[in-house]
Amino acid sequence: MNGNFIWLAIGQIFDPTVAAYALATIGLVIHFGFTGLLNFGQAGFMAVGGYAFAITSVIYSWPLWGSFLAAIVAATIFALILGIPTLRLRADYLSIVTIAAAEIIRLSVKTPEFSDVTGGSEGINGAARAFNAVNPLPEGRWGLMGTPLVYNQDQWWIRIVGWGLVALACLLVFLLMRSPWGRVIMGIREDEDAVRSLGKNVFSYKIQALILGGVLGGLAGVVFILPRSLQPDNYGTQLTFFLYTIMLLGGAATVFGPVVGSIIFWVTLSLTDGLLSLGIEAGVLPLTTTQTGPIRFIIVGVALMLLVIFRPQGIFGKKKDLHFA
Amino acid sequence: MPEKTLVSDITDDVIVPGVKKKDPIVVAHAVSRRFGGLTAVDVAHLEIPRGSITALIGPNGAGKTTFFNLLTGFDKPNTGNWTFKGKSLAGVPAFKVSRMGMVRTFQLTKALSGMTVLENMRLGATKQGGENIFVSLFKPLWKAKEDEITERAMQLLAKFKLDTKKDDYASSLSGGQKKLLEMARALMSSPELVMLDEPMAGVNPALTQSLLGHIVNLKDEGMTVLFVEHDMHMVNTIADWVVVMAEGKVVAEGPPSTVMSDPAVIDAYLGAHHATDLGTIEGQLEVAEDMQSDLIRNEVEHDAEAAGIAVPGHESAPTADAPSTPVDTEEKK
Repeated sequence: MNGNFIWLAIGQIFDPTVAAYALATIGLVIHFGFTGLLNFGQAGFMAVGGYAFAITSVIYSWPLWGSFLAAIVAATIFALILGIPTLRLRADYLSIVTIAAAEIIRLSVKTPEFSDVTGGSEGINGAARAFNAVNPLPEGRWGLMGTPLVYNQDQWWIRIVGWGLVALACLLVFLLMRSPWGRVIMGIREDEDAVRSLGKNVFSYKIQALILGGVLGGLAGVVFILPRSLQPDNYGTQLTFFLYTIMLLGGAATVFGPVVGSIIFWVTLSLTDGLLSLGIEAGVLPLTTTQTGPIRFIIVGVALMLLVIFRPQGIFGKKKDLHFA
Repeated sequence: MPEKTLVSDITDDVIVPGVKKKDPIVVAHAVSRRFGGLTAVDVAHLEIPRGSITALIGPNGAGKTTFFNLLTGFDKPNTGNWTFKGKSLAGVPAFKVSRMGMVRTFQLTKALSGMTVLENMRLGATKQGGENIFVSLFKPLWKAKEDEITERAMQLLAKFKLDTKKDDYASSLSGGQKKLLEMARALMSSPELVMLDEPMAGVNPALTQSLLGHIVNLKDEGMTVLFVEHDMHMVNTIADWVVVMAEGKVVAEGPPSTVMSDPAVIDAYLGAHHATDLGTIEGQLEVAEDMQSDLIRNEVEHDAEAAGIAVPGHESAPTADAPSTPVDTEEKK
């Protein structure tokens, strides 16, 4: 073991998985941070987007743009199915329905009856083929400014597109939240009856916010599967709670909070992993290497508890915006 | 004190509950709302006169707020129909009712505490195209309207003396200031009918006078006001017309002077000592006298002596028209 793990941790800053988590969290920030919708099924939106992309691209050989569109449309339909019956009710109903719906998606795609299309519990391989086919970068491997961070052309391509999408999503949230639309959304978060009494169609705004955040979740699902194969068990409730961790880390009602939160989350995981392995190798820590995995999540959990106690508004949040405390 | 609308301008008919008005803005007919076995509202017929200030009073649980919710679309009645400016409002959602020009405030103030005072005001404006998600992305499309809205918001804030607080979060305002903000915000849409649910609840006496003035101003500017209130002093001072509800029904209506002396109303709601100030020894003695309770009387006299106050003779007990504090204390049975 050497200092390599530090480069591994730094590499997380560019990692497409980190971008996917950031993108999904931006969606969650629109739901929870700005609109006050308690969506506990963001993993379901990611699954819907990921499956729509992989199925249309791998099984039905759609062109790339068609698959992207399919992911967006599927996430929109999923948002409508969840939102229309629940958004007229009290806020807690949405959380119950979303957490259940995400599990329904994950368990349904695993059933053998659907495995022709969904790949069953095996998932789907090779979703990135069409995506890499349009890669404009020449073949080869480049490092980042002489560092040991060296990637091939496909790895660079997904990093550029993934983080490009994150940047676009940040811009979108920034433009929306400074506008009168964002004002209505935040008013709904504060008190939807007051907003209703001022002549705004609250239900319509909530549906719009749910769709927007859900589509970002769906696109995050696409970015998530491009560097790897699609596995149904990646979309458990655990994923949703990682996204909540990232959101609270960065600040729930902020534009850049999800990006920074996602990077910190993954760099911390990577660093603790490296440090723990180092400690075990040197015989300092009375642990086995298999125990490092759970222990780093314990560390993340403790860090989150400390954060919520001492800086509940997150890194970027303003104390005044803390509507959920 | 403000000039009141003459009774003859409101109605020519004999004044009974449900009397026809010359120019009603709201007409409710056979509106009822049941919660399980309880009939919260059962209004046979009620007309709200246009261009005047109407007070809705009644004991707790009389159905005033429920009736408010029904009129504004926040709750759906079991039966009945009601119109606003001649258009039926049955089944119309709350946000459309508001857009038609009938804006309400809430008993428990709903200031949007996580937003600044100015943002609260801007939210009250209508016809801002930037509230459409696609238009909102392009600032030039909504910038001009936003400036217009901001200007109007600042005018209203100045009127309500909140302009210095425009960048403060609404959560930092006092209870009374939140009431003012809520009223100012409702006015952003230039409504025709303003419905205030207990505008005086929790407002300190110093602000009461200015709030009264604001409500009277609404009428002067041509708006119709309907408000729920427990403060009889306020009702007496500014209302042109009073509607009394009890157990969901309209039991009396008429100009304040007549309604307040209606024995049915006094019994049902005000209580025999509604004009007695219980904050004073004299007032307490008067009540004790009436209840013929020596126990209470002795206690009051004892307290008074202990405090070094001369106990006045019963003959000089204050009459009904001599309350001394700005906020009239009402006795509820």
